[in-house]
Amino acid sequence: MSALQLAAYTTSTGEAFQFWVLGTFAVIGALCTVLMRKAVHSALCLAGTMIILAVFYLANGAYFLGIVQIVVYTGAIMMLFLFVVMLVGVTAADSLKETIKGQRWLALACGVGFGVLLFAGIGNAALTEFAGTGRANANGNVEGLAALIFTKYVFAFEVTGALLITAAVGAMVLTHRERTERARTQREMAEQRIREGRHIPPLPAPGVYARHNAVDVAGLLPDGTPSELTVNKTLRERGQIRDVSAEALNDLRALEQRAAERLERTAIEPATFKRPEEASK
Amino acid sequence: MNPVNYLYLAALLFTIGATGVLIRRNAIVVFMCVELMLNACNLAFVVFSRMHGNLDGQIIAFFTMVVAAAEVVVGLAIIVSLFRTRHSASVDDASLMKL
Repeated sequence: MSALQLAAYTTSTGEAFQFWVLGTFAVIGALCTVLMRKAVHSALCLAGTMIILAVFYLANGAYFLGIVQIVVYTGAIMMLFLFVVMLVGVTAADSLKETIKGQRWLALACGVGFGVLLFAGIGNAALTEFAGTGRANANGNVEGLAALIFTKYVFAFEVTGALLITAAVGAMVLTHRERTERARTQREMAEQRIREGRHIPPLPAPGVYARHNAVDVAGLLPDGTPSELTVNKTLRERGQIRDVSAEALNDLRALEQRAAERLERTAIEPATFKRPEEASK
Repeated sequence: MNPVNYLYLAALLFTIGATGVLIRRNAIVVFMCVELMLNACNLAFVVFSRMHGNLDGQIIAFFTMVVAAAEVVVGLAIIVSLFRTRHSASVDDASLMKL
């Protein structure tokens, strides 16, 4: 093998450095995709891995694919995943209970075996040829791809168009839900509320007077306990209600304490505010 | 560095994705692992294209991306409609054919 061939066969030191650094992160991202408990974290790790793969495409002379990878995969597909996670993931906790006994270890063994098989295959393959993309990209990467797509692969390209339209229609059909009954009007809902007599006035607003006006802060009832009714149902299901009932009372108690210290009225007992159930203990 | 290392990386990512498909129970995460496997294949195609000095591998990777985009749209629609009927995204709960 001549020196020229050898030079073409090995990449530059810069690319080697890039490969080892980014490749490590790509593998870590892939592992996190598999191992993270929450689907959102998995999606973010996968997006990171895809961006690193885009850099690898660019390094391999596939300039068009590198940009398409970022635009289509990390831009469109992963954001679609995040939207679905937002729609679905609120109550979807991944169960850790094994339904098939020993499935996890069997799957791991299968994965390792498959990986060994792949690595052995690549190691034994006769990968001596290495041309580089210099000649193929001579007239520009995009121009070269376009020339191929619109001549040699033009039929596949047209079929792709049909596939995309079918997919779009399919997604619309799958997610479309036909209303089986008429939506109730506001008047009917009001009448039903009156008939049931359960909660006639509008629901109380969240927030604590003059202290917190955030929607996740439950309003306090006269006895100081938070009212679940004031907070949105979704926040209630997620368990994201902030309870400030104790906080407000503690603030007041601290204020009393400070006032007492400032005025040096230690003789007088600072007022204690206790909830009814605390007081009864 | 030998460019064959890219192929080893692609094989490793593919293996991780395949193992994830077998291990995970959440349908969305399983789907993400499938995407990871597709991406690993694309990397292998791009590296092959560089090795052979022509652009056919990049064309195949491009078509893979298009098919993956169509697949994601339909797959996520299926997951959303499954979630609507069963209120769960776990693949174990979809073991019965009917509700």
